[in-house]
This record gives sequence, structure tokens and C-alpha cells, in this order.
Amino acid sequence: MVGDLRQRRYWIQTRHLTVALLLLWFVISFVLSYFARSLNFSFFGWPFSYYMASQGSLLIYLLIAFVYARWQRARDIAFRNAEANDNQH
Amino acid sequence: MPDSNFAAQTARANSLGGERSFFRLLCRYYGTFTLGFLGFVMLLGLGERIGLPRLLIGYTFLFATIGLYAGIGIMSRTTDVSEYYVAGRRVPAFFNGLATGADWMSAASFIGLAGSLYLLGYDGLAFVLGWTGGYCLVALLIAPYLRKFGQFTIPDFIGARYGGDFARAIAMVAVITCSFVYVVAQIYGVGLITTHLTNVDFSYGVFLGLAGILVCSFLGGMRAITWTQVAQCIILLVAYLIPVAWVGLKYTNSPLPQFAYSSVLERLSAREQQLAQDPQERAVRQIYQQRAADANARIAGLPASWQKGQIEARKKVEDLKSHRASILEVRAAERVLAGYPASPEEARRVWQQEAVEFGERGAPLMPHAEPFWSGEADPHKAEHARNVKRWNFLALIFCLMAGTAALPHILMRSYTTPNVDQARRSIFWALFFILLLYLSAPPLAALVKYHVYTAVVGKHFSELPEWVASWSRIDPSFLRLEDVNHDGVLQLAEMQVGSDIVVLAMPEIAGLPYVVTGLVAAGGLAAALSTADGLLLTIANALSHDLYFRMVNKRASPARRVTMAKILLLLVALIAAFVTLMRPGNIVSLVGLAFSLAAASLFPVLVMGVFWRRANRWGAIAGMLTGFGVCAYYIATRYPFFQTTLGLDPGDWQPWFGIEPISSGVFAVPLGFAALIVVSLLTQPPAAETDALVDFLRLPDLPSDGRRSTTRNR
Repeated sequence: MVGDLRQRRYWIQTRHLTVALLLLWFVISFVLSYFARSLNFSFFGWPFSYYMASQGSLLIYLLIAFVYARWQRARDIAFRNAEANDNQH
Repeated sequence: MPDSNFAAQTARANSLGGERSFFRLLCRYYGTFTLGFLGFVMLLGLGERIGLPRLLIGYTFLFATIGLYAGIGIMSRTTDVSEYYVAGRRVPAFFNGLATGADWMSAASFIGLAGSLYLLGYDGLAFVLGWTGGYCLVALLIAPYLRKFGQFTIPDFIGARYGGDFARAIAMVAVITCSFVYVVAQIYGVGLITTHLTNVDFSYGVFLGLAGILVCSFLGGMRAITWTQVAQCIILLVAYLIPVAWVGLKYTNSPLPQFAYSSVLERLSAREQQLAQDPQERAVRQIYQQRAADANARIAGLPASWQKGQIEARKKVEDLKSHRASILEVRAAERVLAGYPASPEEARRVWQQEAVEFGERGAPLMPHAEPFWSGEADPHKAEHARNVKRWNFLALIFCLMAGTAALPHILMRSYTTPNVDQARRSIFWALFFILLLYLSAPPLAALVKYHVYTAVVGKHFSELPEWVASWSRIDPSFLRLEDVNHDGVLQLAEMQVGSDIVVLAMPEIAGLPYVVTGLVAAGGLAAALSTADGLLLTIANALSHDLYFRMVNKRASPARRVTMAKILLLLVALIAAFVTLMRPGNIVSLVGLAFSLAAASLFPVLVMGVFWRRANRWGAIAGMLTGFGVCAYYIATRYPFFQTTLGLDPGDWQPWFGIEPISSGVFAVPLGFAALIVVSLLTQPPAAETDALVDFLRLPDLPSDGRRSTTRNR
């Protein structure tokens, strides 16, 4: 029952993290591209929308993959430890 | 089954300590390999200085790299099921990332991407965004769950989650269709590069490349492919980054033009503005607009204009003959007559093509960095054209992303890691290595464009650099020049550049030694071979595992399954080579369609299988059929190549909302989701067994899973 609750919480948190990162993904892929013509100000010498589509967004994608892998790893370890503690009792 | 016992033992031995020493061993191997490869390139460079003939350098690159792949293939030959299908599930994240990168970066990425950016400017960045952003979907929605599931193929997952052979069979057909279209394009690329490197005939090139692919995948399946792909990824990255750094050093004074080319971008737009004002440039574009208008007038005057044109062409030949004109003039007129459309219908098709082509060439100059640019003079029309471009851009990004997250040869790679955590990290590494190339393509396109605009355009025809003549001689589709206004000077509009030339000819354009040309070709070859490897294996595995083992002969022994897989692999490879040799002209552009097809048929079922417990078998079947059907229908009725095949009039089959057929997934994916949800809700909820499977997928790896997953493997 504690285990069940933990399992449910684990999945809900996974879902939250997934949705949050997908939101970021959506904004930099679609919202930025939609407004590409209006966002054409100079950004360190680059046209901003050109910079984002050719470099900035790509680096954020990499960050998304990194954050997800790190976060989930930490949560997996915590989950396993808690599970092992239960089994000892 | 001694083999699978051995596999289970190694799996157990590969607990933490074993894993780490295996990783170190791999680092040592591939570190040595990378240094060795760099040394090999430098040695050839020295050889060139001494006077080694170019053809010999080309041959050395070709045979040394193919020999290397074959060597790795032979060393990792196997007949064990788990090794053959999923490389024993012990590829560490870092190396799995490298292998995924090679699997992913195809000839289209290596050769085509920079070319598309050169031609399309900002709008080409849809490919850059789509083909990298898709990895977010793979990482967040699919890869970890597939690894947790831990079987062999994608139809396996759909079969287990939704139950029943029917769902599995549909998934299998979808997997095979999109992979096959894709693999033909790769083999085409292999033939092209081999021909370019060694001057052999195209068909020999295809079979030479095929031999390289087969030695590897035939002997060792996934295991051999994985270790070859790691080597191929290193080669293709070296082959892309060295010339980019070299060119960057020339124009931006930095070996990392990725971060320093904004100045070039500025100079490029200044030069674009200058060219747009140039009177000769404008005159040339005027001539093309006139030609387009002529073609349109002739189309409007059909069928009378067709007869008139034919009579005129005949009369011209007779006139020239009776006036004793030079033999060259008579020949030219005769050629015009012989090439004249045979019927009014054919004339309509030919002239429509002419009108489009000349219209494009006559349009004002496109600024490189401006999003959704339109050359229309009328502001209302221009606004409309820009909107269509904007929506097409968004639709294309969406399709490429969802397609990435549904392409079976990429998803298969998540099965080969030791656990879920490594599967997640492997996606990160894959994206990292992919970005090394994708971040370099836009600067490369801008640098080459700047060079062409300044060092080639505006020059007298007699003083053009040597590469211009040599590349337009090889094939007019690479480069075509025509002095339309007879002023002896090359205007930008008088030059037509093919997308492949930007990367392939870049070393010559920038004046780098020939060894770099060989290196680039070897890199392109590695990209095409590695992707073809992965795709062929995916197709053969779908046939041998899902069709033969799961549906036809459920009691086939492991040895028999592997033998079957090998025979099928050979068969599929030969069929693909045969199709390639027929040279279906449009096949390269069909690759984009494979993404929409994969996205439409597989993306909804894969995602909903994990994230929506209530999704059931009938929903999955409806979702896949709807997605695949809508996508195929839209492509068949809107894609010009199929329109002519099916005899449809393009006028009656206008695209929906102006969306190009390459992005048909933008309609098909949501409809697939909708069908899946509606039909699932209308039918019985899935059984308790499925519920348990979904729970299993959603939870992290547990120590107790180890036992469970090894029993599942059998």
C-alpha cells in the first residue's frame, strides 16, 4: 500500500516532468518558428530567429534530453532505495 | 540452448563492475581507432604532396573503409538470437549514442542537408529543427519505455501491448514500407558516392556498396552493425568537421565557424542586396520571366498552340536547309523538332514544368536568412505566400519530429542498451553527436554561398574557377550555366546549383587538397552505409521475427530463426538494389514521405500504448490504419510523381490548406490519434494482463526485473 502509493506518485511525477519538458520543446519549435518574421532583431550579431532555428533551439533540445535523463535517474535511484527499505522491514 | 545460457551469463556478469571495464575497453579500442584514422588521412595527404595519383587516393579511401567495416563485421559474427537481434543488450550509453548517430545521419544529412540550406535559406532550417527536435520526443515519450519492455522489434511492442497478430501484422507492414523507401534512397547514395570516388559505373558502385553492407549485417546482425556504426559515426564526423573547420579558418579566421560565422552572414546579405540591384542581374531575371510568360501563353492556347509550334519547328528546319545554313544550326533545329511534345497533353505537362522552372529562375533573389520569404510584388499576394510558407514550415517540422520518433531503425537502438537509465542517456549522446553535424551544416551552407556569390558570380565565363567546368560536365543536375543575356559574364540567375554539389564539391570550391575530397566522400559513404545497414536489418528482422517466428512457425529454434533472418536480409538487400538500379528519379525526395508515413502509422500507437491505459486493440488497429491510409491517400493524390502515374489532373487535386504532400503527416497523425481514442472508447477496455504490462512499463527498473526480462527474452 505504501509501495502502491509510491508507484503512483512516481508515475505522476514522470508525467509532470514529461509535460513540462514537452511544453518547452513546443515553444522553441513551433511558437518561435511561427513568429520568426517578427522576431528578426539582432542577437549578438545574428538575426534572432535564424540563430534560434540553426543553433539555439538545437542546444535547448540537447538540454531537454540531458535534464530528463539526469532527473529520471535520480528518481529511479530514490525509488529503488525506498523499495529496498520496505523489503527489509 | 547453450547460446542463450551464455548470453544470460554475460548479462549477469555485466553487472556494474563488468560494465565499467567493458566501457574502458571500448574507449581504448575506439580511441586508438580514431587516432589511427587521423594518421591514415594525414599519410594520404603527405602522399598527395609527393605526387600520389588522385584515383589511387580515391580507391584507397573506398577500399580501406569498406574493408574496415567488413573486418569489424567478421570479428563480431554471431548466431545467437539475442546477439543477432539486439547486440546482447550490453552496448554502453555513450557508444549506443554513437551508433544511433550513425544510424540516423544518412546520405541525406551528410550530403543533402547543407545543400538544402544553400538552396532554401531559412526555410531549409525546418530540416535542421525537425531532425533534431524529434529526439526530444524519442527521449521523453518512447525510448525509455521500449527499453523497459525489452524485446526485439517494434511490432513486438505493439503485439504485446495490444494483443493479437492483426495489430502486429499492420505494424509490420508499416515498418517495412517506410524502411524500404528509406533504404532505396541510401543505396542510391552509396552508388552515387562510389561512382564519384572511383569513376566506376553506377551499377558496380551499388553492388560494391551492397557488399560492404552485407558482410557486416549478414554475419553479425545487430552486434556487428553496432560496432561498425560506432566506427562509421567517428569517420563521418571527422569527415564533416575537418573540412568545415578548414573552410571556417579561411573565411572567419576561426576553426569553429559554427560560432563565428555571423560576420559572413552579414557580408552575405550585403552582397545579396548588391546583386539584387545589379542591372544585368535584373535583365537576366526579366528574360526568364518572359520565358515563363511565353510558356503560360502557350498552355492557355492549347491545343492550337501545340499545332502551331509543331508547324513552326518543322518550317524552321526546312528553311535552314534551303538557305544552306551551317550544319550546326540545322542539327539544333532538328533536335528541337525531335524533342517537341508528341501530343497536346504531353505539351501541357512539359510547358507547365517550363513555366514553373523559368518562373522560379526569374523570381527576385531570395535573402538567405529571411524567414518565409516571398518574391511577390503585390503585397496582398506576398502576405498569402508567406503564410503558406509559414504553415508548411511548421507542418514539416512536426512531421519530421514525429517521424523521427517513429522510425523503427532508430527505436530499435533503444533495445540494445543494458538498462532504462542507459537508454535515456544514450539518446542524449545520440543527439550530441548529431548536433556536431547539424550545427555545422548551416555555417557550411552560408560560407559556400558567400564564396559562390563573390568569387564565381560576376566573373567572365572564361575566367571561372576550374571546379565549375568539371562539375557541370559530370552531370547537369549538379551545376548548369547558361549565358542567357549573352554578355559573357555569369549572373547569379544564370547558374543552377544542385543540392548535392555543396558538400561534395566543397573541398574543391574552397581549394582544399584532393585528400579532403576523398575524406568527404568516405564520410558520405559511411553515412549512407550505416543507415542502410540499420534499415535492412530492421526490415529483415520484422520479416524473420514478427512474420516467421511470431506468426508462421512459433516453435522455430533460435538457430533456425537467425538463419532465416540472414536469408531474408540477403533477399531484401537484393530487391532494394534492384529497385535502386531502375533509378526511380524521385526516390531521394520520397525519403521525406517515409517520415510522414512512419509518423502517421506508428507514432500514435507507440505513445498511447504507454500513456493511455485505456487504449485497446481495436483502437490501435483503427489508429494505424487511419494514419497510414490518410497519409498514403494524400501522398498518392497530391504528389506530382504519383499524380502523373495515376493520371490525375493536378487542378482537381489541390492540397489541403496549401500543405505540401511531404507533410501529409500533419493531417494523418491527429486523425490517427482521434481514431485510436474514439474506437478504444467504443470497444471493451483491455484485459488485466495489459494493465499489468502498462504498470511494468511505467515504473523504473527494479532488481527483480532482471529475472523477469531474461525469461522474457527466451
